[in-house]
Amino acid sequence: MKRAFPILAILTAALLSYAVYEGLIAAPTDKLQGDVYRIIYYHVPSAWTAFLLFVINFLASIQYLVRAKTRTDRLANSVVIAIGVAVCVSAYLVPLPRGIRPSAIATTGIACVGLYFLIRRFFSRENVDAVALVAAEVGVVFCTVVLVTGPLWARPVWGIWWAPGDIRLTSTLVLWLIYVSYLILRRFSSSGQTAVLAAALAIFGALDVPLVYFSIWFFRTQHPQPVIGGGGEMDPRMLHVLLINWLAFLCFGALTCWSRYRLEILRREVEETQALEALLEPRSPR
Amino acid sequence: MNFLYTAYAATWIIHISYLGILVRRYKRLQTEIEDLKKK
Amino acid sequence: MSVLSTITRATLAKDLRLEWRSKDAINSMLFFSLLVVVVFSFSFDPIAEESRQIAGGLVWVAFLFAAVVALNQTWARELRNQVLDAYRVSPAPANSLFLAKAMGNFVFVTALEMLMTPLFVVFYQLRTLGPAWQLIPIAALGTWALVVNGTFFAAISLRTRSREIMLPLLLFPVSIPAIIAMVNGTAAILTGEFSARFWIALLASYDVVFTIASLLLFETVLQAE
Repeated sequence: MKRAFPILAILTAALLSYAVYEGLIAAPTDKLQGDVYRIIYYHVPSAWTAFLLFVINFLASIQYLVRAKTRTDRLANSVVIAIGVAVCVSAYLVPLPRGIRPSAIATTGIACVGLYFLIRRFFSRENVDAVALVAAEVGVVFCTVVLVTGPLWARPVWGIWWAPGDIRLTSTLVLWLIYVSYLILRRFSSSGQTAVLAAALAIFGALDVPLVYFSIWFFRTQHPQPVIGGGGEMDPRMLHVLLINWLAFLCFGALTCWSRYRLEILRREVEETQALEALLEPRSPR
Repeated sequence: MNFLYTAYAATWIIHISYLGILVRRYKRLQTEIEDLKKK
Repeated sequence: MSVLSTITRATLAKDLRLEWRSKDAINSMLFFSLLVVVVFSFSFDPIAEESRQIAGGLVWVAFLFAAVVALNQTWARELRNQVLDAYRVSPAPANSLFLAKAMGNFVFVTALEMLMTPLFVVFYQLRTLGPAWQLIPIAALGTWALVVNGTFFAAISLRTRSREIMLPLLLFPVSIPAIIAMVNGTAAILTGEFSARFWIALLASYDVVFTIASLLLFETVLQAE
């Protein structure tokens, strides 16, 4: 397992270099925006990675709470599978907005269920909390990248740094705020049960996300705003480069998460040892 | 055009800074481990 | 089910009676809101037509800050007298306590809104160009949205450092959709340009989702403190 890390690191470095080459040089220039549009190759993969990490945080938080008792654990397993099946079925039955394919929703549903059981398989209950923390932290880092590259893209294309009704950027900002508040809670909480409280907050945050999206969407229908990136179909060559960049950033994100996770586990071991030392220390003679 | 390079640079600055924070915390943990080993 | 209501009613009655006798929360909330209204009135020209657009936002920001003042002291009294520990040990369902606290806060903040609204109308020369009755569901649903999440996060922040700042820090991001709905709904009614119906529906969904989430998770949070 330890040897895999340097191998993955080299692979990631290679992928990232290739992706940058593709993004900056090989990909065709956009007709409308010129070369500035290439920011998309960093902006969108970072967003997708951040969302994936926040989903992992949500699943890990739920697991931390339900795995406290066997009964709730088994119930949660059934519920997760039921939700997955429901999402797959309704993806084909419910009329969807234009541009979204049923297969995309079904795949996302299956992926989330798969992620849930993967996390469950590979992490014990105590470590699942570490997973939640790591996913939130690295997710915030990627989210910060999205929020910095977004205005840098908007300024040359629209002439303004920020549009309050831009649904994607504003939703991402709220997401960032929610997870930063999660991280602050973890740091400031002096209770021994920080993990439980943070998990509850994470669930609230995740429930909030669709509501945020709808509220901004309706705001936008009342106050029309420019749309960044366009909603139409993408040139297949650009899509290809976008996916390469995403893969590169996923590998990079995985490396960062892995490092952060090992650091967190080590930190917890040190803390436990220090606590034990303090307990077992013989009284000094007065 | 400058915006493009600024965006790419900013992305890497953010990522490298975070990795730097991780390295610093790791070093601090190492000193604590040394302290524990001495006891 | 009847046990739930009895405990809830008893706790709610106790809180209201305590508050009526001391008037701690309501006084500080009132004065704070008044200050906010006055300070805002220096920042914007209240007579101009544009303020009709902004007034919706101003009113709700003022109420939001005042609600935080009320929410911060929600659990303080319980903490001081070890009531929470007693509650944890007792077989009473945690939800009754939560509902009672949330409803108590709802009463306080609604009382505040009823007292402050005439002041706003006077300061900002407000007239509604749209259907005024729709302000009632917006106010009720919006206040409940703030209060239900606020009571829950107040319980979470009980044992954190800087407890008073932790509550708004946790509450504001999660409340953003509700705030957007309240502000835009109020603006829609004041300007009469749009329909507020979607915002009311959004607020209702928000309330349902987070009331259920709070009721499901409060037991866990109470035991975790």
